[in-house]
Amino acid sequence: MSPQKRVKNSQTPKRTSRHSNSYQSNLLAWKLKENLSNSKSISKHGQNSTVEDSEHADADELARDALQIAMRYFDKGPFNTPWNKDKTLEKHLKTVENVAWKNGLAPEGIDILLNVALSGKFGSAVNSQILRCMIPATLISEDSVVKAVSWLCAGKCCGSTKILFYRWLVAMFDFIDRKEKINLLYGFFFASLQDDALGMQPYLHALLSLYKFFVPTLISISLPIKKKIYFKNSENLWKTALVAVRQRNQGLSPEPLKLMLGPANVRPGKRKWNSHSLIPVLSSSSHSKEYGKEGMSLSDYLCSNTPFPVEQLKSFLQLLQNIHCLELPSQMGAVLNNSLLLHYINCVRDESVLLRLYHWLNQTLQEECIWYKVNNYECGKEFTSFLDTIIKAECFLQEGFYSCEAFLYKSLPLWDGFCCRTQFLQLVSWIPFTSFSEVKPFIFDCLAQLFFTSTIYFKCSVLENLKELLQNWLLWLSMDIHMKNVMDNSLETTLSGSMKSVFELIHYVGWLSTNALRLESNSTFLLHFVLDFYEKVCDIYINYNLPLVVLFPPGIFYLALLSVDSSILNQLCYIMHRYRNNLTAAKKNELVLKIKSEFIFSSKTYQEYNHYLTAMVGCLWTSKPFQKGSYFDPEVFKKIGVAKYKTSLNLVHHPALLSYAISFLLKEWTEERTVNLSSIRGKKWNGYLDYLFSEGLQGLKHFIQSSICHSSVP
Amino acid sequence: MDSYHTPQSIPRRSASSRPKEHCLGATPLQRRLESVRKQASRAPASPPRRVPQRRSQLREDVDPQKVAFLLHKQWTLYSLTPLYKFSYTNLKEYSKLLSAFIAAEKQKGLAVEVGADLNIRVSFSALRGVKGTHRDPDAVLVQILSKSPLPSESGEVKVLWTGWFCCVFGDSLLETVPEDFTCLPLFLASGAETSTALVGTWFQKTFDCSFSPLAINAFNLSWMAAMWTACQVDRYVATTEFLWSVPCSPQSLDISYAIHPEDAKALWDSVHRAPGEVTQEEVDLFMECLCSHFHRHFKIHLSATRLVRVSTSVASAHTDGKIKILCHKYLIGVLAYLTELAIFQIE
Repeated sequence: MSPQKRVKNSQTPKRTSRHSNSYQSNLLAWKLKENLSNSKSISKHGQNSTVEDSEHADADELARDALQIAMRYFDKGPFNTPWNKDKTLEKHLKTVENVAWKNGLAPEGIDILLNVALSGKFGSAVNSQILRCMIPATLISEDSVVKAVSWLCAGKCCGSTKILFYRWLVAMFDFIDRKEKINLLYGFFFASLQDDALGMQPYLHALLSLYKFFVPTLISISLPIKKKIYFKNSENLWKTALVAVRQRNQGLSPEPLKLMLGPANVRPGKRKWNSHSLIPVLSSSSHSKEYGKEGMSLSDYLCSNTPFPVEQLKSFLQLLQNIHCLELPSQMGAVLNNSLLLHYINCVRDESVLLRLYHWLNQTLQEECIWYKVNNYECGKEFTSFLDTIIKAECFLQEGFYSCEAFLYKSLPLWDGFCCRTQFLQLVSWIPFTSFSEVKPFIFDCLAQLFFTSTIYFKCSVLENLKELLQNWLLWLSMDIHMKNVMDNSLETTLSGSMKSVFELIHYVGWLSTNALRLESNSTFLLHFVLDFYEKVCDIYINYNLPLVVLFPPGIFYLALLSVDSSILNQLCYIMHRYRNNLTAAKKNELVLKIKSEFIFSSKTYQEYNHYLTAMVGCLWTSKPFQKGSYFDPEVFKKIGVAKYKTSLNLVHHPALLSYAISFLLKEWTEERTVNLSSIRGKKWNGYLDYLFSEGLQGLKHFIQSSICHSSVP
Repeated sequence: MDSYHTPQSIPRRSASSRPKEHCLGATPLQRRLESVRKQASRAPASPPRRVPQRRSQLREDVDPQKVAFLLHKQWTLYSLTPLYKFSYTNLKEYSKLLSAFIAAEKQKGLAVEVGADLNIRVSFSALRGVKGTHRDPDAVLVQILSKSPLPSESGEVKVLWTGWFCCVFGDSLLETVPEDFTCLPLFLASGAETSTALVGTWFQKTFDCSFSPLAINAFNLSWMAAMWTACQVDRYVATTEFLWSVPCSPQSLDISYAIHPEDAKALWDSVHRAPGEVTQEEVDLFMECLCSHFHRHFKIHLSATRLVRVSTSVASAHTDGKIKILCHKYLIGVLAYLTELAIFQIE
């Protein structure tokens, strides 16, 4: 079944139910109504103002009651007397026919009647009379059809009834609410049509030849080639009735069944030629036609190892069992909505599968991108949710799509930095690993322009997403190196190339951050995001097993070190502690490692780290900040009037910790009137340390324990 | 994006080779991305282009009758991603399948038969010779034909809808796509939009491809104007005309600027230097001259408006993605440029 058919069917009841739900309900409701019918008719009189109305309502009520009684009769009996002499049967049949041709029948009614017609309770004349009036008001339940097919197996009805049933099924196919079970019954249909020699009936003949055209192996009987008219519209028993019922139930609409997608449904330009969503509906490929090969009989087809259609894929186990014979979707874009197929895409090495997805995604992204379209913001929601779906798939695969990267090249220069911001920045974070310097001009230079001219919140989200990007690249690289043969000669060059790319990314973010902090007057909020990024950076060697240690630029380090915010200082301590661990681990493995990395084993990295460490120890512990190797000129301190800077920076006097020191003193010695900060020394110093740690400054704790020797208590 | 002054990216036809191999292997997908990057990285000025060749490049075996109907008809342009598992040997089967599909869509809700008595027929055929190099795949023509209900009485067949797919000098795309795919990036349709939608849907479902309307922005329209003015036409069949649109409410104002083709050619010759090659500077200069001439007379800065249509004796093109080709001699040249635009759009 084509996708839009399905969708349309599901829309049908919505349209009709408004007018028909007054008499359609389930069987249980019918029974209830029957019991209540007396009291109901009284209350009706009270409600209606005009006599005409109430009379009309009465007529409706009467018809409804009659139908209910008739249905109950068909459902339960009694069928004591011979059917052909039964006046009751005639009466009820008439009632059902009248309602059916006028308003159509509810799914429950069709269920009952199908049951009766095929169970052989009555003779073939009555059966055919029943089948002829089975006009659905809304839909037909799939289960009713399945039940009917099981009656066919029981062999209770004659050939002509069977034929009529098949004709009815063909005509009503689009009204069946679901098709999954029916699709499974095709083998039975064909076998039944051929074996029962019913195939000679023109209608079934037509059906068979239709299927022979698409799936030649399924049909083994020979069919005359020159047979022209099979399903004339005018000939169709039910069509006019269907249209009439539909019209009546819809009320005023004079237009008959307008199922074709007219120009009114098509938005200007191209707009959704045939589907209701941007992402194609999953349907099996028409390419793999192995079962279409000559000489394969029906029974072979039914029991052999046939391709597994993707529509039937429901569980991961099924995927594993059928991965060798999976029939891929005809439109690869459909995998975006199917996590099982995403699994498959993830491990498939077939380039054409990926190319199909690539091309589709590329063109769709471009076509739908809203800032390409002037004054066309109404489809913004759709585009946003499309991007969300893509990002979800990327997260699921833990891998970015190349199409999205190509899309960014084209669209980033035109982006206003506002439209779909969350999604767009997420796309950036999923750029597949690549050479940074190569993509910098198309992506990161454009991003920098937006970054510097936008609000602090935009800056923070950019940094957040660049952190994600770094993490994605690191994960990808660590997996990739793991899988590659270590003996591979090219490994050394590719690895250093990869490390260079990561290094450049980190360097770029450092540059962005330094300038952003300057622009935003050293905002603590922004600094948090910057340090979050470096929390990732400092652990590359240990967490991802990649030979790279990059330190932060001084502009960030000193800003964090002299911050008045204790959480910033704490975060800095943690990062320094992790840097230390990574550098020590790298040093230890230096001799073991085959690959020398210019990035960690350069003495410059260690020198830089030691500078920072000295500055930190000086500022937090020894009260001797910024001595040798400092980036600060002592003259600067004189100029700004901090003459006693040498003693004013340690764990007690640091602006971020001063409040801790005071509350520590107040807490321990509550009776004291004045606090003497310089009293925190010796034993008290240790008590103060414990106090700081207990206040949640875990980063500080790690830093002090790993980097500062305890003997050096001031 | 649509302003004349924004040089829109145009694909550069250059062999893509990665200077330094990274961790990525050179799969078709990566080659593809590589070429996209190349295009994004090109200098602001577009590379020089060749003037459409004087000599027709249609191959000798092409039937002029077969191409004639492509001319003097307005086509709506679409870009089309490569077709997966399309085969030139199955055209007959495609005809049947597509006509069955169209019939099924039109008679939704009712069973249909295959082949006969639908009053319509679909024909697929290869348009041999409509290509730039031997590497380009043959163009494909699809037509929806009506049949009179009584075929024996009058064999008259009416064409209800026509569409064709082609690839002219599509090397930059061809070299990045493996064998399973057929590259026909340019699709031209003429007929009811609903029919285009039906055919397009069927192609999308059958060959996992994707159609997208191909608009021509002002920048590319200027290029077309310059290149087509430069062509040597034996007989001018139309004046050279530019249509500028002034965005004002409630209704937009159109300014038509028509000049004699010989005057346009004279202007072009005065700005044009190297024979056989057109550069961005020349195109800019050509348009500037036209605009300043207009300003001298009417005191209107056309550069502040939007160029929406260009008509010459070679062809006429509208920014909506509509084209009419008038000159048989330059058919291939026009298609080559349109193919280039289509490829840029799908990358």
